[in-house]
Amino acid sequence: MKRFTAWRRRPWAGYAVVLAALAAIGVIYAGFSPQTDRAEAENTAQAAQDLANGKQLFNKNCASCHGLNAEGTKDAKGKPIAPSLIGVGAASVDFQVSTGRMPAMNPGAQMPRKEPIPEFNTSIKTDYSEPEKREEAEKQKALAEKNLADLRAYIASLAIGPAVPPASAVDPTKGDVALGGKLFRTNCAQCHNFTGQGGALTGGKYAPPLSGSDVTPTQIYEAMLTGPQAMPVFNDTTLTPKDKQAIISYLVQTREEPNPGGNGLGRIGPVSEGLAGWLIGIGLLVLAAMWITAKKPKKLKKS
Amino acid sequence: MSEATAPKAIEGTLGFIDERLGSTTFFKRNVKKVFPDHWSFMLGEIALYSFIILLLTGTFLTLWFKPSMTEVVYDGSYTKLNGVKMSEAYASTLDISFDVRGGLLMRQIHHWAAVLFMASIMAHMLRVFFTGAYRKPRELNWLIGLGMFTLGMLEGLFGYSLPDDLLSGTGLRITQGVTEAIPLVGTYIYMFLFGGEFPGDDIVPRLFTLHILLIPGVILGMVTAHMMIMWHQKHTAMPVKNQTEQQVYGYPFYPVFMAKTGAYFLFTFGVLALMGAFVQINPIWLFGPYDPGAISAGSQPDWYMGVMEGALRIMPNWEISAWGHTLSLNVLIPATVPLGIIFGGAGAWPFIEAWVTGDKRQHHVNTRPRNAPVRTATGMAAVAFYGLLWVAGANDVIADKFHVSMFALTWFFRVTVFVGPFLAFVITKRICLGLQRKDANVIGHGVESGIIVMSPDGKYSERHEPAREQERAVILSKENTRPEAPARDANGIPAPDTKGPLGHLRARLNRAWTFDDIPVEEHEEHGEVESGKEPKQLSH
Repeated sequence: MKRFTAWRRRPWAGYAVVLAALAAIGVIYAGFSPQTDRAEAENTAQAAQDLANGKQLFNKNCASCHGLNAEGTKDAKGKPIAPSLIGVGAASVDFQVSTGRMPAMNPGAQMPRKEPIPEFNTSIKTDYSEPEKREEAEKQKALAEKNLADLRAYIASLAIGPAVPPASAVDPTKGDVALGGKLFRTNCAQCHNFTGQGGALTGGKYAPPLSGSDVTPTQIYEAMLTGPQAMPVFNDTTLTPKDKQAIISYLVQTREEPNPGGNGLGRIGPVSEGLAGWLIGIGLLVLAAMWITAKKPKKLKKS
Repeated sequence: MSEATAPKAIEGTLGFIDERLGSTTFFKRNVKKVFPDHWSFMLGEIALYSFIILLLTGTFLTLWFKPSMTEVVYDGSYTKLNGVKMSEAYASTLDISFDVRGGLLMRQIHHWAAVLFMASIMAHMLRVFFTGAYRKPRELNWLIGLGMFTLGMLEGLFGYSLPDDLLSGTGLRITQGVTEAIPLVGTYIYMFLFGGEFPGDDIVPRLFTLHILLIPGVILGMVTAHMMIMWHQKHTAMPVKNQTEQQVYGYPFYPVFMAKTGAYFLFTFGVLALMGAFVQINPIWLFGPYDPGAISAGSQPDWYMGVMEGALRIMPNWEISAWGHTLSLNVLIPATVPLGIIFGGAGAWPFIEAWVTGDKRQHHVNTRPRNAPVRTATGMAAVAFYGLLWVAGANDVIADKFHVSMFALTWFFRVTVFVGPFLAFVITKRICLGLQRKDANVIGHGVESGIIVMSPDGKYSERHEPAREQERAVILSKENTRPEAPARDANGIPAPDTKGPLGHLRARLNRAWTFDDIPVEEHEEHGEVESGKEPKQLSH
């Protein structure tokens, strides 16, 4: 004990304690954090099991259209029904499945965004007040996250493709908003409208709205990277990761910004303004005119 | 008591003015002028009062707006655009919106007032058309009104272009295309207008001068003429009891009408202030500065240019190239033909109608729309034509919001813009004639009283009573058509107006105007029925 007491008095002792504490917290955090994949990665047996789970999920949910080996399918006339998924990468899988577009309900001009099927729904409500309900929801969410990760890993294992962007690349508070606005107007607004309210395309296709808070920064990034459905691909040479982050920042910060002029009328430009002018403006003034002319003076002095 | 005199201060002032301007006689004559009362007569006043508010708010905006295309780097309160290169016009509009106290409110009131100005002119013109208030002697005021609407469109387009945001620039780009599409001289006019290649540095200052000086000045002059002619000719009146062609039935200007119209100014101002405060219009900070390389979905003009936008959107891509020149019918036709038909037709209509009907009399009492079926039906055809093109201008928004195919929508409008007016004409005319029949019934047989009577031989019937006096006055305002003089009289001499192909055309049009008219008149033989003493079975 004597030696310990002596060390305690050394000038470096304070630093050592802080360092030891930090290391301890780090180790404990790594042990408890559910996002840590390190343990799994180290365990090849576990990885193989995950891959098998991914393949199984694929066979169950995707193979009927995309083929048992993800090679895509064609109809009797040779027209493609579903594209090959070899080489589309984890980013594409993550985008399509987390936005609910895949597995698709029925083929159409374009797959609509919808709530993902329960197996992959990572955005379910977990903040129940009852502990058992909460626990169950959290468990289901964790399972959905694992399912999605396994499916991504399975498709990524078929051939190399774009990976899911790290959280730091999509942080909407870190990008250059002014640059993002400029890039958005040059590259995106012609389909998605000024502030990402969405717009119509030819042949029943459309550019979906980006203004809802359910459109996550990661999904926006993945869409640019993989070019789903009618959207063109903006690869990292067309729009660098920094540009992509700027666009995400512009979109997210603009959609969170209140309208200084009052009700935004959907932020879709002069069409809704004209409608408001006629319905509210002329409507109110016609009512006022009817009211004023219906008023009859009681008596008019004869002169 | 009867000879009360005003206090000396008032007497003195009034006397001073009267001795120099003779104002007492003027006021004596005019202050008691009678104005008829109807809500639709206030529609034009919305335009007048919006115009006043436009002048006031516009003056406020000029104090800060810089009509300059000089490139600056923005550094202001709207941090999302900090460091972006833009024109001084756009930057100063951002400053008005975010850094000038009350600036955004003024901008929004100005823009809403412009929207309401045009909307109320259109509503007012529709009222004038469908009630036949444009007839002799008021054709000139009708033409002045059309002129003001046309100038208002230009004024609005220029104002929309001034802030140099992405929407403005897109509008100017279309303006450039339309100018260039003019055969032979198009490119020259385009170069004169823009002072060089699009967009250049000159266009915004030039449009600014036109927007704040020339066009408002001309409109102000036309407003004055419009009001003075109206004052001189007296306002038309609705066909109500006591109203005759000779005498206006209504309230005197002072004090009744003055109070009403004064209150209405406050209403207009109130509605505009409310909209300016609570409904966002033209958020240029969201559109971004103009960049010829950028474009957005949902790029539409303000509503009054929508009809041209729609025509442009549904026009097939027709072009003729010959002898090294291109004739861009794909731009030229939508830019000129639809509005040419609407405005040209509206301008010529009073004279065509007078020619066809041979009616050269003065009219001071309005017609009920049902009593002029051809006019009403033609008006509705024009409304359908305009309305369909107008809606077509928003085709992408409709396709997006209602989940329909854009191609299908384009083809829908391409077909209905021709079929729709025809259908509207036929349907409207039938409705008008049906209403005439109903009126004839009310006058001929009276209205159902709800009293069932039994005759001695056991028949049941409902007693009909004459309509209320006011109602009868309105219904009987219909002028039944008199048969035209026969083309040839008994001696075989042709009537003076029926000679030549033009005379034949006139005679045919006149027949088309009148042949299915349903006379609304009191029948002597039904007098007893209406009194209800001797009810008999009525066949309907």
